[in-house]
Amino acid sequence: MAYSDKVVDHYENPRNVGTLDKSSSEVGTGLVGAPECGDVMRLQIKVNPVTQVIEDAKFKTFGCGSAIASSSLATEWVKGKTVAEALTISNTDIVKELALPPVKIHCSVLAEDAIRAAIGDWKTKNGVAEEAPVAVAAH
Amino acid sequence: MAETLGISVTQSNKPLPEGVKLPIYMDNHATTPLDPRVLEAMMPYFTGIFGNAASRNHSFGWEAEQGVEKAREQIAKLIGATAKEIIFTSGATESTNLAIKGVAEMYKERGNHIITQMTEHKATLDTCKKLEKQGYRVTYLPVQADGLIDIEDLKRAMDDKTILVSIMYANNEIGVIQPIQEIGKLCHEKGILFHTDAVQAVGKIPVNVITDNIDILSLSGHKIYGPKGVGALYVRRRNPRVQISEQINGGGHERGMRSGTLNVPGIVGLGKACEICGEEMAAEAAREIELRDYLKNKLETALDYTQVNGNLDHHLPGNLNMSFIYVEGESLLMGINDIAVSSGSACTSATLEPSYVLKALGLGDDVAHSSIRFGLGRFNTKAEVDYVSDKIISVVQHLRELSPLYEMVKEGIDLSKIEWAAH
Repeated sequence: MAYSDKVVDHYENPRNVGTLDKSSSEVGTGLVGAPECGDVMRLQIKVNPVTQVIEDAKFKTFGCGSAIASSSLATEWVKGKTVAEALTISNTDIVKELALPPVKIHCSVLAEDAIRAAIGDWKTKNGVAEEAPVAVAAH
Repeated sequence: MAETLGISVTQSNKPLPEGVKLPIYMDNHATTPLDPRVLEAMMPYFTGIFGNAASRNHSFGWEAEQGVEKAREQIAKLIGATAKEIIFTSGATESTNLAIKGVAEMYKERGNHIITQMTEHKATLDTCKKLEKQGYRVTYLPVQADGLIDIEDLKRAMDDKTILVSIMYANNEIGVIQPIQEIGKLCHEKGILFHTDAVQAVGKIPVNVITDNIDILSLSGHKIYGPKGVGALYVRRRNPRVQISEQINGGGHERGMRSGTLNVPGIVGLGKACEICGEEMAAEAAREIELRDYLKNKLETALDYTQVNGNLDHHLPGNLNMSFIYVEGESLLMGINDIAVSSGSACTSATLEPSYVLKALGLGDDVAHSSIRFGLGRFNTKAEVDYVSDKIISVVQHLRELSPLYEMVKEGIDLSKIEWAAH
Protein backbone atom coordinates (compact mmCIF):
# COMPACT_ATOMS: atom_id res chain seq x y z
CA MET A 1 0.00 0.00 0.00
CA ALA A 2 1.30 3.43 -0.86
CA TYR A 3 1.15 5.98 1.94
CA SER A 4 0.92 9.72 1.40
CA ASP A 5 4.05 11.75 2.19
CA LYS A 6 2.24 13.29 5.16
CA VAL A 7 1.43 9.89 6.68
CA VAL A 8 5.04 8.82 6.22
CA ASP A 9 6.26 12.06 7.82
CA HIS A 10 4.07 11.61 10.90
CA TYR A 11 5.04 7.94 11.12
CA GLU A 12 8.76 8.68 10.97
CA ASN A 13 8.63 11.87 13.04
CA PRO A 14 5.57 11.60 15.22
CA ARG A 15 4.66 14.85 17.01
CA ASN A 16 3.90 15.04 20.72
CA VAL A 17 4.58 11.46 21.69
CA GLY A 18 4.37 10.90 25.40
CA THR A 19 2.39 10.79 28.58
CA LEU A 20 0.81 13.46 30.78
CA ASP A 21 -0.02 12.91 34.44
CA LYS A 22 -3.50 11.46 34.19
CA SER A 23 -4.23 12.11 37.85
CA SER A 24 -3.87 15.89 37.36
CA SER A 25 -7.17 17.76 37.29
CA GLU A 26 -5.95 19.76 34.30
CA VAL A 27 -5.37 16.62 32.22
CA GLY A 28 -7.98 14.77 30.22
CA THR A 29 -7.24 11.28 28.90
CA GLY A 30 -8.96 9.49 26.05
CA LEU A 31 -8.25 5.81 25.40
CA VAL A 32 -10.09 4.43 22.38
CA GLY A 33 -9.96 1.35 20.18
CA ALA A 34 -9.12 -2.22 21.11
CA PRO A 35 -6.00 -4.37 20.79
CA GLU A 36 -7.83 -7.14 18.96
CA CYS A 37 -8.90 -4.67 16.28
CA GLY A 38 -5.31 -3.64 15.78
CA ASP A 39 -5.84 -0.01 16.87
CA VAL A 40 -5.54 1.63 20.28
CA MET A 41 -5.09 5.37 20.66
CA ARG A 42 -4.42 7.29 23.84
CA LEU A 43 -4.67 11.05 23.53
CA GLN A 44 -4.13 13.39 26.47
CA ILE A 45 -4.71 17.11 26.80
CA LYS A 46 -3.62 19.60 29.43
CA VAL A 47 -6.15 22.40 29.75
CA ASN A 48 -5.62 25.83 31.29
CA PRO A 49 -8.34 26.03 33.96
CA VAL A 50 -8.90 29.75 33.38
CA THR A 51 -8.86 30.11 29.59
CA GLN A 52 -9.86 26.52 28.74
CA VAL A 53 -7.08 26.55 26.17
CA ILE A 54 -5.38 23.21 25.48
CA GLU A 55 -1.79 24.02 26.36
CA ASP A 56 -0.30 20.64 25.79
CA ALA A 57 -1.27 17.40 24.11
CA LYS A 58 0.39 14.00 24.00
CA PHE A 59 -0.42 10.71 22.33
CA LYS A 60 0.59 7.10 22.05
CA THR A 61 -0.90 4.82 19.41
CA PHE A 62 -0.78 1.10 18.70
CA GLY A 63 -1.89 0.74 15.11
CA CYS A 64 -1.01 1.07 11.47
CA GLY A 65 0.85 4.03 9.98
CA SER A 66 -2.38 5.85 9.21
CA ALA A 67 -3.57 5.47 12.81
CA ILE A 68 -0.26 6.82 14.11
CA ALA A 69 -0.41 9.74 11.67
CA SER A 70 -4.06 10.53 12.50
CA SER A 71 -3.38 10.75 16.23
CA SER A 72 -0.11 12.62 15.78
CA LEU A 73 -1.92 15.17 13.62
CA ALA A 74 -4.75 15.39 16.16
CA THR A 75 -2.33 16.46 18.90
CA GLU A 76 -0.88 19.15 16.64
CA TRP A 77 -4.33 20.48 15.86
CA VAL A 78 -5.75 20.57 19.38
CA LYS A 79 -2.78 22.39 20.86
CA GLY A 80 -3.53 26.08 21.30
CA LYS A 81 -7.25 25.61 20.70
CA THR A 82 -9.87 26.00 23.37
CA VAL A 83 -11.77 22.90 24.39
CA ALA A 84 -14.80 24.07 22.43
CA GLU A 85 -12.72 24.74 19.33
CA ALA A 86 -11.07 21.33 19.56
CA LEU A 87 -14.49 19.69 19.52
CA THR A 88 -15.08 21.06 16.03
CA ILE A 89 -12.24 18.97 14.56
CA SER A 90 -13.82 16.22 12.52
CA ASN A 91 -12.50 13.04 11.04
CA THR A 92 -13.06 14.31 7.52
CA ASP A 93 -10.55 17.11 8.17
CA ILE A 94 -8.00 14.43 9.09
CA VAL A 95 -8.81 12.31 6.03
CA LYS A 96 -8.30 15.35 3.82
CA GLU A 97 -5.07 16.51 5.45
CA LEU A 98 -3.46 13.05 5.36
CA ALA A 99 -5.01 11.90 2.05
CA LEU A 100 -6.20 8.68 3.71
CA PRO A 101 -7.62 5.99 1.39
CA PRO A 102 -11.17 4.68 2.10
CA VAL A 103 -9.85 1.56 3.87
CA LYS A 104 -8.12 3.82 6.42
CA ILE A 105 -11.02 6.15 7.25
CA HIS A 106 -11.61 4.28 10.50
CA CYS A 107 -8.21 5.59 11.69
CA SER A 108 -9.45 9.17 11.38
CA VAL A 109 -12.71 8.30 13.13
CA LEU A 110 -10.70 6.85 15.97
CA ALA A 111 -8.62 10.02 16.24
CA GLU A 112 -11.77 12.15 16.44
CA ASP A 113 -13.12 9.76 19.09
CA ALA A 114 -9.85 10.13 21.01
CA ILE A 115 -10.13 13.94 21.06
CA ARG A 116 -13.74 13.73 22.26
CA ALA A 117 -12.89 11.13 24.88
CA ALA A 118 -10.00 13.22 26.25
CA ILE A 119 -12.17 16.32 26.44
CA GLY A 120 -15.00 14.31 27.98
CA ASP A 121 -12.65 13.02 30.66
CA TRP A 122 -11.41 16.54 31.42
CA LYS A 123 -14.99 17.82 31.64
CA THR A 124 -16.03 15.04 34.00
CA LYS A 125 -13.06 15.71 36.23
CA ASN A 126 -13.76 19.43 36.36
CA GLY A 127 -17.54 19.30 36.51
CA VAL A 128 -17.84 21.31 33.33
CA ALA A 129 -21.31 21.30 31.83
CA GLU A 130 -21.64 20.06 28.27
CA GLU A 131 -22.67 23.53 27.15
CA ALA A 132 -19.65 25.41 28.40
CA PRO A 133 -20.07 29.16 27.87
CA VAL A 134 -17.02 29.57 25.68
CA ALA A 135 -17.05 31.33 22.36
CA VAL A 136 -16.48 29.02 19.42
CA ALA A 137 -14.06 30.43 16.92
CA ALA A 138 -14.35 29.48 13.29
CA HIS A 139 -12.24 26.45 12.57
CA MET B 1 8.05 21.13 14.23
CA ALA B 2 7.10 19.78 17.59
CA GLU B 3 9.35 17.40 19.44
CA THR B 4 10.15 14.09 17.83
CA LEU B 5 11.42 10.83 19.14
CA GLY B 6 15.13 10.25 19.36
CA ILE B 7 14.85 7.13 17.25
CA SER B 8 14.32 7.79 13.61
CA VAL B 9 13.39 5.14 11.13
CA THR B 10 14.35 7.21 8.12
CA GLN B 11 17.01 5.74 5.89
CA SER B 12 20.39 6.30 7.42
CA ASN B 13 23.24 7.52 5.28
CA LYS B 14 25.53 4.80 6.54
CA PRO B 15 27.01 2.81 3.67
CA LEU B 16 25.46 -0.64 3.37
CA PRO B 17 27.51 -3.58 4.63
CA GLU B 18 29.39 -5.68 2.10
CA GLY B 19 27.09 -7.97 0.16
CA VAL B 20 23.85 -6.20 1.07
CA LYS B 21 21.73 -4.82 -1.74
CA LEU B 22 18.36 -3.24 -1.07
CA PRO B 23 15.60 -4.24 -1.13
CA ILE B 24 16.32 -7.55 0.64
CA TYR B 25 14.13 -10.51 -0.26
CA MET B 26 13.35 -12.66 2.80
CA ASP B 27 9.96 -14.07 1.82
CA ASN B 28 11.02 -17.40 0.35
CA HIS B 29 7.85 -19.22 1.43
CA ALA B 30 5.89 -17.06 -0.99
CA THR B 31 8.19 -17.75 -3.89
CA THR B 32 11.88 -18.10 -4.66
CA PRO B 33 14.06 -16.63 -7.36
CA LEU B 34 15.06 -18.97 -10.19
CA ASP B 35 18.48 -20.52 -9.61
CA PRO B 36 20.74 -19.49 -12.55
CA ARG B 37 21.67 -23.16 -13.01
CA VAL B 38 17.99 -23.95 -13.49
CA LEU B 39 17.62 -21.19 -16.06
CA GLU B 40 20.63 -22.55 -17.93
CA ALA B 41 19.06 -26.00 -18.10
CA MET B 42 15.76 -24.56 -19.36
CA MET B 43 17.09 -22.24 -22.06
CA PRO B 44 17.55 -24.77 -24.90
CA TYR B 45 13.95 -25.89 -24.51
CA PHE B 46 12.48 -22.51 -25.41
CA THR B 47 14.00 -22.30 -28.87
CA GLY B 48 16.02 -25.22 -30.30
CA ILE B 49 14.23 -28.06 -28.52
CA PHE B 50 10.74 -26.66 -28.87
CA GLY B 51 8.92 -29.85 -29.86
CA ASN B 52 5.69 -31.15 -28.42
CA ALA B 53 6.62 -33.97 -26.09
CA ALA B 54 3.55 -35.83 -27.32
CA SER B 55 4.72 -35.82 -30.95
CA ARG B 56 5.72 -39.42 -31.65
CA ASN B 57 6.71 -39.14 -35.29
CA HIS B 58 9.78 -36.92 -35.38
CA SER B 59 12.93 -36.02 -33.53
CA PHE B 60 11.54 -32.65 -32.34
CA GLY B 61 8.98 -34.52 -30.25
CA TRP B 62 11.46 -37.19 -29.13
CA GLU B 63 13.99 -34.65 -27.89
CA ALA B 64 11.36 -32.76 -25.93
CA GLU B 65 10.14 -36.04 -24.48
CA GLN B 66 13.68 -36.93 -23.42
CA GLY B 67 13.90 -33.68 -21.49
CA VAL B 68 10.56 -34.39 -19.80
CA GLU B 69 11.49 -37.96 -18.88
CA LYS B 70 14.81 -36.87 -17.43
CA ALA B 71 12.94 -34.38 -15.26
CA ARG B 72 10.52 -37.08 -14.15
CA GLU B 73 13.50 -39.15 -12.98
CA GLN B 74 15.05 -36.17 -11.17
CA ILE B 75 11.81 -35.42 -9.29
CA ALA B 76 11.15 -39.07 -8.46
CA LYS B 77 14.68 -39.45 -7.09
CA LEU B 78 14.26 -36.51 -4.73
CA ILE B 79 11.16 -38.00 -3.08
CA GLY B 80 11.95 -41.72 -3.29
CA ALA B 81 9.37 -42.44 -6.00
CA THR B 82 9.59 -44.01 -9.45
CA ALA B 83 9.36 -41.88 -12.60
CA LYS B 84 6.04 -43.39 -13.67
CA GLU B 85 4.45 -42.09 -10.45
CA ILE B 86 5.06 -38.42 -11.35
CA ILE B 87 2.29 -36.42 -13.09
CA PHE B 88 3.08 -32.91 -14.30
CA THR B 89 0.69 -30.06 -13.57
CA SER B 90 0.62 -26.26 -13.70
CA GLY B 91 1.57 -25.95 -10.04
CA ALA B 92 0.78 -27.19 -6.58
CA THR B 93 -2.70 -25.66 -6.47
CA GLU B 94 -3.66 -27.76 -9.46
CA SER B 95 -1.89 -30.79 -7.99
CA THR B 96 -3.84 -30.47 -4.75
CA ASN B 97 -7.13 -29.96 -6.60
CA LEU B 98 -6.43 -33.02 -8.73
CA ALA B 99 -5.47 -35.12 -5.70
CA ILE B 100 -8.45 -34.29 -3.53
CA LYS B 101 -11.15 -34.02 -6.18
CA GLY B 102 -9.65 -36.95 -8.09
CA VAL B 103 -9.77 -39.24 -5.06
CA ALA B 104 -13.19 -38.01 -3.94
CA GLU B 105 -14.66 -38.77 -7.34
CA MET B 106 -12.88 -42.09 -7.84
CA TYR B 107 -13.70 -43.50 -4.42
CA LYS B 108 -17.17 -42.04 -3.87
CA GLU B 109 -18.76 -45.49 -3.84
CA ARG B 110 -16.55 -46.41 -0.91
CA GLY B 111 -17.14 -43.33 1.21
CA ASN B 112 -17.72 -39.60 1.31
CA HIS B 113 -15.58 -38.48 4.24
CA ILE B 114 -12.34 -36.48 4.01
CA ILE B 115 -10.12 -35.40 6.90
CA THR B 116 -7.88 -32.35 6.73
CA GLN B 117 -6.78 -29.69 9.21
CA MET B 118 -7.40 -26.03 9.90
CA THR B 119 -3.95 -24.69 9.05
CA GLU B 120 -3.83 -26.09 5.51
CA HIS B 121 -3.15 -23.88 2.52
CA LYS B 122 -6.25 -22.45 0.82
CA ALA B 123 -5.68 -24.82 -2.12
CA THR B 124 -6.73 -27.65 0.19
CA LEU B 125 -9.31 -25.77 2.29
CA ASP B 126 -11.15 -24.24 -0.66
CA THR B 127 -11.15 -27.56 -2.54
CA CYS B 128 -12.64 -29.29 0.51
CA LYS B 129 -15.27 -26.57 0.88
CA LYS B 130 -16.30 -27.11 -2.71
CA LEU B 131 -16.61 -30.86 -2.11
CA GLU B 132 -18.76 -30.20 0.95
CA LYS B 133 -21.23 -28.41 -1.33
CA GLN B 134 -21.31 -31.57 -3.44
CA GLY B 135 -22.29 -33.71 -0.47
CA TYR B 136 -18.94 -34.82 0.91
CA ARG B 137 -18.27 -34.65 4.64
CA VAL B 138 -15.06 -32.91 5.67
CA THR B 139 -13.45 -32.88 9.12
CA TYR B 140 -11.10 -29.96 9.76
CA LEU B 141 -8.84 -31.06 12.61
CA PRO B 142 -7.71 -28.39 15.05
CA VAL B 143 -4.01 -27.97 15.80
CA GLN B 144 -2.32 -27.69 19.17
CA ALA B 145 -0.77 -24.44 20.37
CA ASP B 146 2.53 -25.41 18.72
CA GLY B 147 0.88 -26.04 15.34
CA LEU B 148 1.08 -29.84 15.39
CA ILE B 149 -2.02 -31.97 14.99
CA ASP B 150 -2.85 -34.48 17.69
CA ILE B 151 -2.69 -38.01 16.24
CA GLU B 152 -5.45 -39.05 18.67
CA ASP B 153 -7.73 -36.42 17.11
CA LEU B 154 -6.98 -37.91 13.71
CA LYS B 155 -7.72 -41.44 14.94
CA ARG B 156 -11.02 -40.33 16.43
CA ALA B 157 -12.03 -38.54 13.24
CA MET B 158 -11.57 -41.65 11.05
CA ASP B 159 -14.65 -43.73 10.32
CA ASP B 160 -15.65 -46.39 7.82
CA LYS B 161 -16.63 -43.73 5.28
CA THR B 162 -13.27 -41.97 5.36
CA ILE B 163 -11.58 -42.18 1.96
CA LEU B 164 -8.85 -39.54 2.21
CA VAL B 165 -6.66 -37.76 4.73
CA SER B 166 -4.98 -34.60 3.45
CA ILE B 167 -2.42 -33.10 5.83
CA MET B 168 0.33 -30.75 4.70
CA TYR B 169 3.95 -31.77 5.24
CA ALA B 170 5.15 -28.36 6.47
CA ASN B 171 3.19 -25.19 7.03
CA ASN B 172 3.83 -22.15 4.84
CA GLU B 173 3.32 -19.59 7.62
CA ILE B 174 4.75 -21.15 10.77
CA GLY B 175 7.08 -23.76 9.25
CA VAL B 176 5.80 -26.57 11.47
CA ILE B 177 6.45 -30.09 10.14
CA GLN B 178 3.61 -32.52 10.84
CA PRO B 179 4.25 -36.15 11.95
CA ILE B 180 3.83 -37.36 8.38
CA GLN B 181 5.27 -40.84 8.84
CA GLU B 182 2.88 -41.54 11.71
CA ILE B 183 -0.11 -40.10 9.87
CA GLY B 184 0.71 -42.18 6.81
CA LYS B 185 1.12 -45.33 8.87
CA LEU B 186 -2.24 -44.81 10.52
CA CYS B 187 -3.92 -44.23 7.16
CA HIS B 188 -2.40 -47.39 5.71
CA GLU B 189 -3.54 -49.44 8.69
CA LYS B 190 -7.09 -48.22 8.11
CA GLY B 191 -7.01 -48.47 4.33
CA ILE B 192 -7.41 -44.73 3.90
CA LEU B 193 -5.49 -42.82 1.22
CA PHE B 194 -3.06 -40.16 2.38
CA HIS B 195 -2.34 -36.98 0.40
CA THR B 196 0.17 -34.41 1.56
CA ASP B 197 0.74 -30.88 0.30
CA ALA B 198 4.54 -30.97 0.46
CA VAL B 199 5.16 -27.67 -1.32
CA GLN B 200 7.22 -26.18 1.51
CA ALA B 201 8.99 -29.42 2.45
CA VAL B 202 10.19 -30.99 -0.79
CA GLY B 203 13.73 -29.86 -1.54
CA LYS B 204 14.18 -28.35 1.92
CA ILE B 205 14.04 -31.42 4.16
CA PRO B 206 14.25 -35.16 3.38
CA VAL B 207 10.93 -36.41 1.99
CA ASN B 208 10.50 -40.08 1.08
CA VAL B 209 7.13 -41.32 -0.07
CA ILE B 210 7.96 -44.92 0.89
CA THR B 211 9.22 -44.42 4.44
CA ASP B 212 6.75 -41.56 5.01
CA ASN B 213 3.81 -43.77 3.90
CA ILE B 214 2.57 -41.13 1.44
CA ASP B 215 0.12 -42.10 -1.32
CA ILE B 216 -0.26 -38.78 -3.11
CA LEU B 217 1.99 -35.73 -2.85
CA SER B 218 1.79 -32.22 -4.29
CA LEU B 219 4.90 -30.20 -5.08
CA SER B 220 5.72 -26.98 -6.86
CA GLY B 221 8.60 -25.59 -8.92
CA HIS B 222 8.75 -21.99 -7.78
CA LYS B 223 9.22 -22.75 -4.09
CA ILE B 224 12.48 -24.58 -4.81
CA TYR B 225 14.27 -22.07 -7.07
CA GLY B 226 12.54 -23.47 -10.14
CA PRO B 227 10.10 -21.75 -12.51
CA LYS B 228 6.54 -20.67 -11.75
CA GLY B 229 3.64 -22.34 -13.52
CA VAL B 230 4.87 -25.90 -13.12
CA GLY B 231 4.30 -28.49 -10.43
CA ALA B 232 3.87 -32.21 -10.01
CA LEU B 233 1.70 -34.78 -8.34
CA TYR B 234 3.09 -38.05 -7.08
CA VAL B 235 0.52 -40.86 -7.35
CA ARG B 236 1.53 -44.18 -5.81
CA ARG B 237 1.40 -47.19 -8.16
CA ARG B 238 1.76 -50.10 -5.72
CA ASN B 239 0.94 -50.93 -2.09
CA PRO B 240 -1.63 -49.54 -2.63
CA ARG B 241 -2.19 -48.66 -6.29
CA VAL B 242 -3.91 -45.27 -6.18
CA GLN B 243 -6.38 -44.21 -8.82
CA ILE B 244 -7.59 -40.69 -9.32
CA SER B 245 -10.25 -39.33 -11.65
CA GLU B 246 -8.82 -36.83 -14.10
CA GLN B 247 -10.10 -33.26 -13.78
CA ILE B 248 -8.90 -31.96 -17.16
CA ASN B 249 -9.80 -33.80 -20.35
CA GLY B 250 -8.37 -33.51 -23.83
CA GLY B 251 -5.79 -35.90 -25.24
CA GLY B 252 -5.03 -38.23 -22.39
CA HIS B 253 -1.58 -36.90 -21.54
CA GLU B 254 0.14 -38.01 -18.34
CA ARG B 255 -1.43 -41.47 -18.44
CA GLY B 256 -4.85 -39.93 -18.74
CA MET B 257 -4.63 -38.14 -15.42
CA ARG B 258 -3.86 -34.67 -16.75
CA SER B 259 -4.43 -33.73 -20.36
CA GLY B 260 -2.74 -30.78 -22.01
CA THR B 261 0.50 -30.19 -23.90
CA LEU B 262 3.38 -30.39 -21.47
CA ASN B 263 5.21 -27.24 -20.39
CA VAL B 264 8.55 -28.67 -21.47
CA PRO B 265 10.92 -25.83 -20.42
CA GLY B 266 9.12 -25.54 -17.09
CA ILE B 267 9.28 -29.28 -16.50
CA VAL B 268 12.98 -29.38 -17.36
CA GLY B 269 13.49 -26.52 -14.88
CA LEU B 270 11.52 -28.30 -12.17
CA GLY B 271 13.65 -31.40 -12.70
CA LYS B 272 16.90 -29.46 -12.49
CA ALA B 273 15.66 -27.61 -9.39
CA CYS B 274 14.95 -30.97 -7.71
CA GLU B 275 18.37 -32.30 -8.67
CA ILE B 276 20.14 -29.28 -7.13
CA CYS B 277 18.03 -29.50 -3.96
CA GLY B 278 18.87 -33.16 -3.59
CA GLU B 279 22.59 -32.51 -3.88
CA GLU B 280 22.72 -29.45 -1.63
CA MET B 281 19.93 -30.10 0.87
CA ALA B 282 21.97 -31.22 3.87
CA ALA B 283 24.46 -28.35 3.71
CA GLU B 284 21.83 -25.75 2.81
CA ALA B 285 19.46 -26.81 5.61
CA ALA B 286 22.29 -26.57 8.14
CA ARG B 287 23.23 -23.12 6.83
CA GLU B 288 19.64 -21.84 6.98
CA ILE B 289 19.11 -23.21 10.49
CA GLU B 290 22.22 -21.36 11.63
CA LEU B 291 21.01 -18.11 10.02
CA ARG B 292 17.51 -18.60 11.42
CA ASP B 293 18.76 -19.20 14.96
CA TYR B 294 21.12 -16.26 14.67
CA LEU B 295 18.22 -14.03 13.61
CA LYS B 296 16.00 -15.37 16.38
CA ASN B 297 18.61 -14.96 19.10
CA LYS B 298 19.51 -11.46 18.02
CA LEU B 299 15.88 -10.34 18.07
CA GLU B 300 15.15 -12.06 21.39
CA THR B 301 18.22 -10.55 23.03
CA ALA B 302 17.43 -7.00 21.97
CA LEU B 303 13.65 -7.01 22.42
CA ASP B 304 11.28 -8.06 25.18
CA TYR B 305 7.76 -9.41 24.60
CA THR B 306 8.64 -11.46 21.54
CA GLN B 307 7.19 -14.88 20.83
CA VAL B 308 8.13 -17.54 18.30
CA ASN B 309 5.07 -19.15 16.72
CA GLY B 310 5.11 -22.85 15.89
CA ASN B 311 7.03 -25.80 17.30
CA LEU B 312 10.74 -25.14 16.75
CA ASP B 313 11.78 -28.80 17.11
CA HIS B 314 9.66 -29.80 14.11
CA HIS B 315 10.44 -26.89 11.87
CA LEU B 316 11.53 -25.90 8.37
CA PRO B 317 15.13 -24.66 8.32
CA GLY B 318 14.44 -21.23 6.78
CA ASN B 319 11.27 -20.29 8.64
CA LEU B 320 10.90 -17.94 11.57
CA ASN B 321 7.48 -16.64 12.56
CA MET B 322 7.76 -14.16 15.37
CA SER B 323 5.32 -11.88 17.17
CA PHE B 324 6.48 -8.50 18.39
CA ILE B 325 3.75 -7.97 20.91
CA TYR B 326 2.32 -4.46 21.44
CA VAL B 327 3.44 -3.44 17.96
CA GLU B 328 0.96 -3.57 15.10
CA GLY B 329 2.16 -5.57 12.09
CA GLU B 330 1.34 -3.15 9.32
CA SER B 331 3.13 -0.28 11.04
CA LEU B 332 6.11 -2.59 11.46
CA LEU B 333 6.11 -3.46 7.78
CA MET B 334 5.90 0.24 6.95
CA GLY B 335 9.12 0.82 8.84
CA ILE B 336 10.97 -1.97 7.08
CA ASN B 337 9.90 -1.21 3.54
CA ASP B 338 13.32 -2.09 2.15
CA ILE B 339 12.86 -5.67 3.38
CA ALA B 340 10.42 -8.17 1.87
CA VAL B 341 8.81 -10.29 4.60
CA SER B 342 5.19 -11.21 5.36
CA SER B 343 2.92 -10.04 8.14
CA GLY B 344 0.40 -12.07 10.11
CA SER B 345 -1.75 -8.99 9.99
CA ALA B 346 -4.14 -8.75 7.10
CA CYS B 347 -4.86 -5.10 7.85
CA THR B 348 -3.78 -4.06 4.37
CA SER B 349 -6.77 -5.87 2.93
CA ALA B 350 -10.30 -4.66 3.48
CA THR B 351 -10.83 -7.14 6.30
CA LEU B 352 -9.30 -6.65 9.72
CA GLU B 353 -8.93 -10.39 10.26
CA PRO B 354 -5.44 -11.63 11.03
CA SER B 355 -3.97 -14.90 9.75
CA TYR B 356 -6.25 -17.93 10.22
CA VAL B 357 -3.17 -20.10 10.77
CA LEU B 358 -2.00 -18.02 13.75
CA LYS B 359 -5.55 -17.90 15.11
CA ALA B 360 -5.72 -21.71 14.88
CA LEU B 361 -2.75 -21.81 17.28
CA GLY B 362 -4.90 -19.88 19.74
CA LEU B 363 -3.10 -16.58 19.35
CA GLY B 364 -5.15 -13.53 20.27
CA ASP B 365 -5.86 -11.13 17.44
CA ASP B 366 -3.51 -8.56 18.95
CA VAL B 367 -0.58 -11.01 18.98
CA ALA B 368 -1.42 -12.33 15.51
CA HIS B 369 -1.51 -8.75 14.23
CA SER B 370 2.05 -8.24 15.49
CA SER B 371 3.56 -11.26 13.70
CA ILE B 372 6.20 -11.31 11.00
CA ARG B 373 7.14 -14.30 8.86
CA PHE B 374 10.78 -14.43 7.85
CA GLY B 375 11.47 -16.84 4.99
CA LEU B 376 15.19 -17.43 4.60
CA GLY B 377 16.38 -19.02 1.40
CA ARG B 378 19.31 -20.14 -0.66
CA PHE B 379 20.45 -16.65 -1.58
CA ASN B 380 20.19 -14.95 1.82
CA THR B 381 23.47 -14.10 3.54
CA LYS B 382 24.54 -13.46 7.11
CA ALA B 383 25.12 -9.80 6.22
CA GLU B 384 21.49 -9.57 5.12
CA VAL B 385 20.29 -11.21 8.33
CA ASP B 386 22.30 -8.63 10.28
CA TYR B 387 20.79 -5.76 8.32
CA VAL B 388 17.26 -7.15 8.72
CA SER B 389 17.58 -7.83 12.45
CA ASP B 390 19.11 -4.39 13.18
CA LYS B 391 16.32 -2.74 11.24
CA ILE B 392 13.56 -4.75 12.93
CA ILE B 393 15.01 -3.97 16.35
CA SER B 394 15.15 -0.23 15.69
CA VAL B 395 11.64 -0.08 14.21
CA VAL B 396 10.09 -2.20 16.99
CA GLN B 397 11.75 0.03 19.60
CA HIS B 398 10.46 3.14 17.82
CA LEU B 399 6.92 1.76 17.62
CA ARG B 400 6.94 0.63 21.23
CA GLU B 401 7.88 4.15 22.28
CA LEU B 402 4.63 5.02 20.54
CA SER B 403 2.60 2.11 21.89
CA PRO B 404 0.19 2.82 24.75
CA LEU B 405 -0.14 -0.95 25.27
CA TYR B 406 3.59 -1.40 25.80
CA GLU B 407 3.63 1.47 28.30
CA MET B 408 0.65 0.05 30.19
CA VAL B 409 2.15 -3.43 30.39
CA LYS B 410 5.44 -1.97 31.58
CA GLU B 411 3.49 -0.22 34.35
CA GLY B 412 2.02 -3.56 35.37
CA ILE B 413 -1.48 -2.99 34.01
CA ASP B 414 -3.31 -6.15 32.96
CA LEU B 415 -4.61 -5.35 29.48
CA SER B 416 -7.21 -8.10 29.65
CA LYS B 417 -8.87 -6.30 32.58
CA ILE B 418 -9.52 -3.17 30.53
CA GLU B 419 -12.90 -2.74 28.93
CA TRP B 420 -11.95 -1.99 25.35
CA ALA B 421 -14.50 -0.43 23.08
CA ALA B 422 -14.41 -2.62 19.98
CA HIS B 423 -14.88 -0.58 16.85
